[in-house]
Amino acid sequence: MAQKRKTGTLSTLFFSMLSISAFTFGGGFVIVTFMKRKFVDELHWLSESEMLDMTALAQSAPGAIAVNAAILVGWRAAGFAGMLMAVLGTILPPMLILSVISFFYASFAANPWVAGVLRGMQAGVAAVILDVVCDLGGDVLAGRSPVHIAVMVCAFLAAWVFGMSVVYIILAAAGVGIALAMIQSIRKRGKGNPA
Amino acid sequence: MMSDLFFSFLQIGLLSIGGGYAAIPLIQGETVLRHGWLTMQEFTDLVTIAEMTPGPIAINSATFVGLRVAGLPGMLTATLGCILPSLILVSLLAWIYGRYRSMAALKSVLDSLRPAVVALIASAGLDILHTVAFGGEAASPAHGQGADICLFAAAFFILRRLKWNPILVMSLCGAAGLALTLLAGGS
Repeated sequence: MAQKRKTGTLSTLFFSMLSISAFTFGGGFVIVTFMKRKFVDELHWLSESEMLDMTALAQSAPGAIAVNAAILVGWRAAGFAGMLMAVLGTILPPMLILSVISFFYASFAANPWVAGVLRGMQAGVAAVILDVVCDLGGDVLAGRSPVHIAVMVCAFLAAWVFGMSVVYIILAAAGVGIALAMIQSIRKRGKGNPA
Repeated sequence: MMSDLFFSFLQIGLLSIGGGYAAIPLIQGETVLRHGWLTMQEFTDLVTIAEMTPGPIAINSATFVGLRVAGLPGMLTATLGCILPSLILVSLLAWIYGRYRSMAALKSVLDSLRPAVVALIASAGLDILHTVAFGGEAASPAHGQGADICLFAAAFFILRRLKWNPILVMSLCGAAGLALTLLAGGS
Protein backbone atom coordinates (compact mmCIF):
# COMPACT_ATOMS: atom_id res chain seq x y z
CA MET A 1 0.00 0.00 0.00
CA ALA A 2 2.68 2.47 1.04
CA GLN A 3 4.78 1.24 -1.87
CA LYS A 4 1.95 1.95 -4.28
CA ARG A 5 1.40 5.42 -2.90
CA LYS A 6 5.09 6.21 -3.24
CA THR A 7 5.14 5.11 -6.89
CA GLY A 8 2.13 7.33 -7.46
CA THR A 9 3.90 10.30 -5.88
CA LEU A 10 6.98 9.73 -8.01
CA SER A 11 5.08 9.57 -11.27
CA THR A 12 3.00 12.63 -10.31
CA LEU A 13 6.24 14.50 -9.58
CA PHE A 14 7.80 13.42 -12.85
CA PHE A 15 4.84 14.27 -15.07
CA SER A 16 4.07 17.53 -13.25
CA MET A 17 7.61 18.77 -13.76
CA LEU A 18 7.66 17.46 -17.33
CA SER A 19 4.57 19.43 -18.35
CA ILE A 20 5.56 22.55 -16.41
CA SER A 21 9.03 22.51 -17.96
CA ALA A 22 7.78 21.83 -21.49
CA PHE A 23 5.33 24.73 -21.56
CA THR A 24 7.06 27.38 -19.51
CA PHE A 25 8.81 30.01 -21.57
CA GLY A 26 10.91 32.64 -19.89
CA GLY A 27 13.17 32.57 -16.89
CA GLY A 28 13.29 30.64 -13.66
CA PHE A 29 10.80 32.87 -11.87
CA VAL A 30 8.07 31.97 -14.31
CA ILE A 31 8.54 28.26 -13.69
CA VAL A 32 8.51 28.77 -9.91
CA THR A 33 5.12 30.47 -10.27
CA PHE A 34 3.74 27.43 -12.10
CA MET A 35 5.26 25.09 -9.52
CA LYS A 36 3.51 27.01 -6.76
CA ARG A 37 0.19 26.63 -8.56
CA LYS A 38 0.72 22.88 -8.96
CA PHE A 39 2.33 21.79 -5.69
CA VAL A 40 0.81 24.34 -3.29
CA ASP A 41 -2.63 25.21 -4.69
CA GLU A 42 -3.51 21.99 -6.50
CA LEU A 43 -1.74 19.08 -4.78
CA HIS A 44 -1.25 20.70 -1.33
CA TRP A 45 2.16 19.05 -0.93
CA LEU A 46 3.74 22.26 0.33
CA SER A 47 2.60 25.33 2.25
CA GLU A 48 2.85 28.72 0.66
CA SER A 49 5.67 29.85 2.97
CA GLU A 50 7.63 26.66 2.28
CA MET A 51 7.38 27.39 -1.42
CA LEU A 52 8.65 30.95 -0.82
CA ASP A 53 11.61 29.64 1.18
CA MET A 54 12.36 27.14 -1.57
CA THR A 55 12.22 29.89 -4.18
CA ALA A 56 14.73 31.96 -2.22
CA LEU A 57 17.03 28.96 -1.84
CA ALA A 58 16.71 27.97 -5.51
CA GLN A 59 17.54 31.51 -6.49
CA SER A 60 20.56 31.88 -4.24
CA ALA A 61 22.14 28.50 -4.99
CA PRO A 62 24.31 28.05 -8.08
CA GLY A 63 22.73 26.65 -11.23
CA ALA A 64 19.41 26.96 -13.03
CA ILE A 65 16.53 28.12 -10.81
CA ALA A 66 14.14 25.58 -12.35
CA VAL A 67 16.48 22.65 -11.64
CA ASN A 68 17.19 23.89 -8.11
CA ALA A 69 13.50 24.30 -7.33
CA ALA A 70 12.81 20.80 -8.69
CA ILE A 71 15.51 19.37 -6.41
CA LEU A 72 14.00 21.03 -3.33
CA VAL A 73 10.40 20.05 -4.09
CA GLY A 74 11.49 16.53 -5.05
CA TRP A 75 13.37 15.93 -1.77
CA ARG A 76 10.46 17.33 0.23
CA ALA A 77 7.82 15.24 -1.56
CA ALA A 78 9.56 11.86 -1.88
CA GLY A 79 13.19 11.92 -0.75
CA PHE A 80 16.11 11.00 -2.97
CA ALA A 81 14.05 9.19 -5.64
CA GLY A 82 11.64 12.12 -5.73
CA MET A 83 14.54 14.51 -6.27
CA LEU A 84 15.81 12.44 -9.21
CA MET A 85 12.36 12.16 -10.81
CA ALA A 86 11.68 15.89 -10.47
CA VAL A 87 15.05 16.81 -12.00
CA LEU A 88 14.60 14.33 -14.85
CA GLY A 89 11.16 15.74 -15.61
CA THR A 90 12.60 19.26 -15.63
CA ILE A 91 15.55 18.65 -17.95
CA LEU A 92 14.03 16.22 -20.47
CA PRO A 93 11.89 18.73 -22.43
CA PRO A 94 14.70 21.26 -23.07
CA MET A 95 17.10 18.41 -23.95
CA LEU A 96 14.68 16.97 -26.52
CA ILE A 97 13.77 20.33 -28.03
CA LEU A 98 17.38 21.51 -28.34
CA SER A 99 18.44 18.14 -29.79
CA VAL A 100 15.92 18.55 -32.59
CA ILE A 101 16.96 22.16 -33.17
CA SER A 102 20.68 21.42 -33.19
CA PHE A 103 20.04 18.55 -35.65
CA PHE A 104 18.47 21.02 -38.07
CA TYR A 105 20.62 24.01 -37.12
CA ALA A 106 23.14 23.83 -40.00
CA SER A 107 20.49 23.70 -42.74
CA PHE A 108 18.30 26.03 -40.70
CA ALA A 109 20.88 28.80 -40.46
CA ALA A 110 21.84 28.48 -44.15
CA ASN A 111 18.28 29.20 -45.28
CA PRO A 112 18.11 32.95 -46.04
CA TRP A 113 14.56 33.31 -44.66
CA VAL A 114 15.38 31.56 -41.41
CA ALA A 115 18.59 33.59 -41.20
CA GLY A 116 16.49 36.75 -41.58
CA VAL A 117 14.15 35.69 -38.77
CA LEU A 118 17.07 34.71 -36.53
CA ARG A 119 18.85 37.96 -37.23
CA GLY A 120 15.79 40.01 -36.34
CA MET A 121 15.39 38.01 -33.15
CA GLN A 122 19.02 38.63 -32.25
CA ALA A 123 18.35 42.35 -32.20
CA GLY A 124 15.41 41.46 -29.94
CA VAL A 125 17.44 39.24 -27.60
CA ALA A 126 20.07 41.98 -27.18
CA ALA A 127 17.24 44.34 -26.21
CA VAL A 128 15.75 41.79 -23.78
CA ILE A 129 19.09 41.19 -22.05
CA LEU A 130 19.94 44.88 -21.76
CA ASP A 131 16.41 45.62 -20.51
CA VAL A 132 16.93 43.06 -17.72
CA VAL A 133 20.32 44.65 -16.99
CA CYS A 134 18.69 48.08 -16.59
CA ASP A 135 16.19 46.64 -14.08
CA LEU A 136 18.84 44.76 -12.09
CA GLY A 137 21.38 47.60 -12.25
CA GLY A 138 18.70 50.05 -11.09
CA ASP A 139 18.04 47.81 -8.07
CA VAL A 140 21.76 47.85 -7.19
CA LEU A 141 21.91 51.66 -7.47
CA ALA A 142 18.72 52.00 -5.40
CA GLY A 143 20.37 49.94 -2.64
CA ARG A 144 22.74 52.90 -2.14
CA SER A 145 25.54 50.70 -0.86
CA PRO A 146 28.87 52.22 -2.00
CA VAL A 147 30.58 48.81 -1.80
CA HIS A 148 27.99 47.11 -4.00
CA ILE A 149 28.03 49.91 -6.56
CA ALA A 150 31.84 49.77 -6.60
CA VAL A 151 31.69 45.99 -7.12
CA MET A 152 29.33 46.50 -10.06
CA VAL A 153 31.49 49.17 -11.71
CA CYS A 154 34.75 47.24 -11.19
CA ALA A 155 33.22 43.99 -12.44
CA PHE A 156 31.95 45.73 -15.56
CA LEU A 157 35.33 47.33 -16.31
CA ALA A 158 37.13 44.04 -15.68
CA ALA A 159 34.80 42.10 -17.99
CA TRP A 160 34.00 44.53 -20.79
CA VAL A 161 37.13 46.72 -20.96
CA PHE A 162 39.87 44.37 -19.80
CA GLY A 163 38.31 41.07 -20.91
CA MET A 164 39.03 39.35 -17.60
CA SER A 165 37.76 35.82 -17.07
CA VAL A 166 34.24 35.60 -15.60
CA VAL A 167 35.41 33.04 -13.05
CA TYR A 168 37.89 35.41 -11.35
CA ILE A 169 35.35 38.22 -11.29
CA ILE A 170 32.75 36.05 -9.55
CA LEU A 171 35.30 34.69 -7.06
CA ALA A 172 36.52 38.24 -6.28
CA ALA A 173 32.95 39.42 -5.67
CA ALA A 174 32.31 36.43 -3.40
CA GLY A 175 35.52 37.37 -1.54
CA VAL A 176 34.17 40.89 -0.97
CA GLY A 177 30.94 39.40 0.38
CA ILE A 178 32.81 37.11 2.78
CA ALA A 179 34.95 40.03 4.01
CA LEU A 180 31.81 42.14 4.60
CA ALA A 181 30.15 39.30 6.52
CA MET A 182 33.25 38.94 8.73
CA ILE A 183 33.43 42.69 9.41
CA GLN A 184 29.73 42.70 10.32
CA SER A 185 30.07 39.81 12.75
CA ILE A 186 33.14 41.39 14.40
CA ARG A 187 31.26 44.69 14.81
CA LYS A 188 28.28 42.90 16.34
CA ARG A 189 30.52 41.10 18.81
CA GLY A 190 32.27 44.40 19.68
CA LYS A 191 28.99 46.10 20.47
CA GLY A 192 27.79 43.17 22.54
CA ASN A 193 24.04 42.84 22.29
CA PRO A 194 22.48 46.10 21.04
CA ALA A 195 18.90 46.56 22.19
CA MET B 1 37.28 16.12 -25.18
CA MET B 2 34.67 14.53 -22.90
CA SER B 3 36.42 15.74 -19.76
CA ASP B 4 36.72 19.26 -21.26
CA LEU B 5 32.97 19.23 -21.87
CA PHE B 6 32.23 17.89 -18.41
CA PHE B 7 34.40 20.36 -16.52
CA SER B 8 33.39 23.36 -18.64
CA PHE B 9 29.71 22.77 -17.91
CA LEU B 10 30.48 21.85 -14.29
CA GLN B 11 32.03 25.30 -13.96
CA ILE B 12 29.03 26.92 -15.64
CA GLY B 13 26.67 25.06 -13.28
CA LEU B 14 28.77 25.92 -10.25
CA LEU B 15 29.27 29.62 -10.89
CA SER B 16 25.99 30.72 -12.45
CA ILE B 17 24.39 32.19 -9.37
CA GLY B 18 21.14 34.10 -9.69
CA GLY B 19 19.29 32.47 -12.54
CA GLY B 20 19.34 32.13 -16.29
CA TYR B 21 20.88 35.39 -17.39
CA ALA B 22 23.83 34.88 -15.04
CA ALA B 23 24.79 31.78 -17.03
CA ILE B 24 25.15 33.70 -20.31
CA PRO B 25 28.58 35.28 -19.66
CA LEU B 26 29.90 31.97 -18.28
CA ILE B 27 28.68 30.00 -21.29
CA GLN B 28 30.25 32.61 -23.57
CA GLY B 29 33.55 32.40 -21.66
CA GLU B 30 33.79 28.61 -21.85
CA THR B 31 32.35 27.80 -25.27
CA VAL B 32 33.48 30.81 -27.34
CA LEU B 33 36.60 32.23 -25.69
CA ARG B 34 38.23 29.27 -23.95
CA HIS B 35 37.45 26.24 -26.12
CA GLY B 36 36.26 27.75 -29.39
CA TRP B 37 33.40 25.25 -29.67
CA LEU B 38 31.15 28.04 -31.01
CA THR B 39 31.79 31.26 -32.91
CA MET B 40 30.33 34.45 -31.42
CA GLN B 41 27.71 34.29 -34.18
CA GLU B 42 26.72 30.72 -33.25
CA PHE B 43 26.68 31.67 -29.56
CA THR B 44 24.34 34.56 -30.34
CA ASP B 45 22.10 32.16 -32.27
CA LEU B 46 22.17 29.79 -29.31
CA VAL B 47 21.12 32.49 -26.83
CA THR B 48 18.35 33.52 -29.24
CA ILE B 49 17.11 29.93 -29.60
CA ALA B 50 17.34 29.33 -25.85
CA GLU B 51 15.30 32.45 -25.20
CA MET B 52 12.57 31.24 -27.58
CA THR B 53 12.33 27.67 -26.25
CA PRO B 54 11.33 26.41 -22.81
CA GLY B 55 13.91 25.37 -20.26
CA PRO B 56 16.92 26.86 -18.50
CA ILE B 57 19.53 28.35 -20.82
CA ALA B 58 22.33 26.34 -19.18
CA ILE B 59 20.56 23.04 -20.00
CA ASN B 60 19.75 24.27 -23.51
CA SER B 61 23.40 25.20 -24.07
CA ALA B 62 24.75 21.95 -22.63
CA THR B 63 22.51 19.99 -25.03
CA PHE B 64 23.37 22.13 -28.06
CA VAL B 65 27.13 22.33 -27.46
CA GLY B 66 27.48 18.74 -26.21
CA LEU B 67 25.73 17.36 -29.30
CA ARG B 68 27.84 19.45 -31.67
CA VAL B 69 31.14 18.63 -30.01
CA ALA B 70 30.67 14.92 -29.28
CA GLY B 71 27.22 13.66 -30.25
CA LEU B 72 24.82 11.98 -27.81
CA PRO B 73 27.49 11.05 -25.21
CA GLY B 74 28.69 14.66 -25.35
CA MET B 75 25.18 15.92 -24.71
CA LEU B 76 24.72 13.65 -21.70
CA THR B 77 28.18 14.49 -20.31
CA ALA B 78 27.67 18.25 -20.65
CA THR B 79 24.18 18.13 -19.13
CA LEU B 80 25.34 16.02 -16.19
CA GLY B 81 28.24 18.41 -15.59
CA CYS B 82 25.81 21.28 -15.68
CA ILE B 83 23.36 19.93 -13.07
CA LEU B 84 25.81 18.09 -10.78
CA PRO B 85 26.76 21.17 -8.70
CA SER B 86 23.05 21.89 -8.18
CA LEU B 87 22.30 18.30 -7.18
CA ILE B 88 25.01 18.36 -4.50
CA LEU B 89 24.87 21.97 -3.28
CA VAL B 90 21.10 22.44 -3.28
CA SER B 91 20.61 19.17 -1.42
CA LEU B 92 23.20 20.33 1.12
CA LEU B 93 21.64 23.77 1.34
CA ALA B 94 18.19 22.27 1.90
CA TRP B 95 19.60 20.26 4.79
CA ILE B 96 21.43 23.22 6.34
CA TYR B 97 18.39 25.44 5.93
CA GLY B 98 16.17 22.82 7.53
CA ARG B 99 18.51 22.72 10.54
CA TYR B 100 19.51 26.32 11.13
CA ARG B 101 17.01 28.51 9.29
CA SER B 102 19.48 31.40 9.33
CA MET B 103 21.54 32.55 6.43
CA ALA B 104 23.08 35.92 7.42
CA ALA B 105 26.57 35.11 6.13
CA LEU B 106 25.21 33.48 2.97
CA LYS B 107 23.00 36.51 2.39
CA SER B 108 25.97 38.88 2.68
CA VAL B 109 27.95 36.89 0.10
CA LEU B 110 24.96 36.83 -2.26
CA ASP B 111 24.37 40.58 -1.83
CA SER B 112 27.92 41.24 -3.03
CA LEU B 113 27.72 38.72 -5.86
CA ARG B 114 24.58 40.25 -7.34
CA PRO B 115 26.17 43.54 -8.52
CA ALA B 116 29.03 41.62 -10.14
CA VAL B 117 26.57 39.31 -11.88
CA VAL B 118 24.63 42.32 -13.19
CA ALA B 119 27.86 43.75 -14.62
CA LEU B 120 28.74 40.43 -16.26
CA ILE B 121 25.30 40.12 -17.85
CA ALA B 122 25.68 43.69 -19.13
CA SER B 123 29.02 42.79 -20.68
CA ALA B 124 27.63 39.67 -22.40
CA GLY B 125 24.60 41.65 -23.60
CA LEU B 126 26.86 44.29 -25.13
CA ASP B 127 28.90 41.54 -26.85
CA ILE B 128 25.68 40.22 -28.40
CA LEU B 129 24.64 43.74 -29.43
CA HIS B 130 28.09 44.16 -31.01
CA THR B 131 27.55 40.95 -32.98
CA VAL B 132 24.15 42.21 -34.11
CA ALA B 133 25.55 45.58 -35.17
CA PHE B 134 28.89 44.59 -36.67
CA GLY B 135 28.82 40.79 -37.03
CA GLY B 136 27.87 39.31 -40.34
CA GLU B 137 30.12 36.34 -40.84
CA ALA B 138 27.01 34.13 -40.98
CA ALA B 139 24.92 33.53 -44.11
CA SER B 140 24.97 37.25 -44.75
CA PRO B 141 21.43 38.62 -44.86
CA ALA B 142 20.78 41.11 -47.57
CA HIS B 143 19.56 44.02 -45.46
CA GLY B 144 22.02 46.45 -43.96
CA GLN B 145 23.27 46.71 -40.41
CA GLY B 146 21.48 50.03 -39.90
CA ALA B 147 18.18 48.16 -39.94
CA ASP B 148 19.37 45.83 -37.16
CA ILE B 149 20.35 48.75 -34.95
CA CYS B 150 16.96 50.43 -35.53
CA LEU B 151 15.24 47.12 -34.71
CA PHE B 152 17.26 46.84 -31.49
CA ALA B 153 16.43 50.44 -30.52
CA ALA B 154 12.71 49.89 -31.18
CA ALA B 155 12.66 46.61 -29.22
CA PHE B 156 14.53 48.19 -26.32
CA PHE B 157 12.13 51.13 -26.21
CA ILE B 158 9.08 48.85 -26.27
CA LEU B 159 10.48 46.66 -23.47
CA ARG B 160 11.54 49.56 -21.23
CA ARG B 161 8.63 51.96 -21.71
CA LEU B 162 5.68 49.81 -22.75
CA LYS B 163 6.70 46.67 -20.80
CA TRP B 164 5.54 44.23 -23.46
CA ASN B 165 6.15 40.51 -23.02
CA PRO B 166 9.75 39.66 -24.11
CA ILE B 167 8.67 36.58 -26.11
CA LEU B 168 6.17 38.71 -28.04
CA VAL B 169 8.81 41.37 -28.69
CA MET B 170 11.27 38.75 -29.94
CA SER B 171 8.66 37.18 -32.21
CA LEU B 172 7.90 40.58 -33.70
CA CYS B 173 11.63 41.17 -34.21
CA GLY B 174 11.83 37.83 -36.02
CA ALA B 175 8.91 38.84 -38.25
CA ALA B 176 10.59 42.18 -38.95
CA GLY B 177 13.84 40.39 -39.81
CA LEU B 178 11.97 38.15 -42.26
CA ALA B 179 10.19 41.13 -43.81
CA LEU B 180 13.51 42.97 -44.26
CA THR B 181 15.05 39.92 -45.92
CA LEU B 182 12.08 39.55 -48.29
CA LEU B 183 12.13 43.27 -49.14
CA ALA B 184 15.85 43.20 -49.80
CA GLY B 185 15.44 40.07 -51.95
CA GLY B 186 12.64 41.68 -53.97
CA SER B 187 14.54 44.84 -54.88
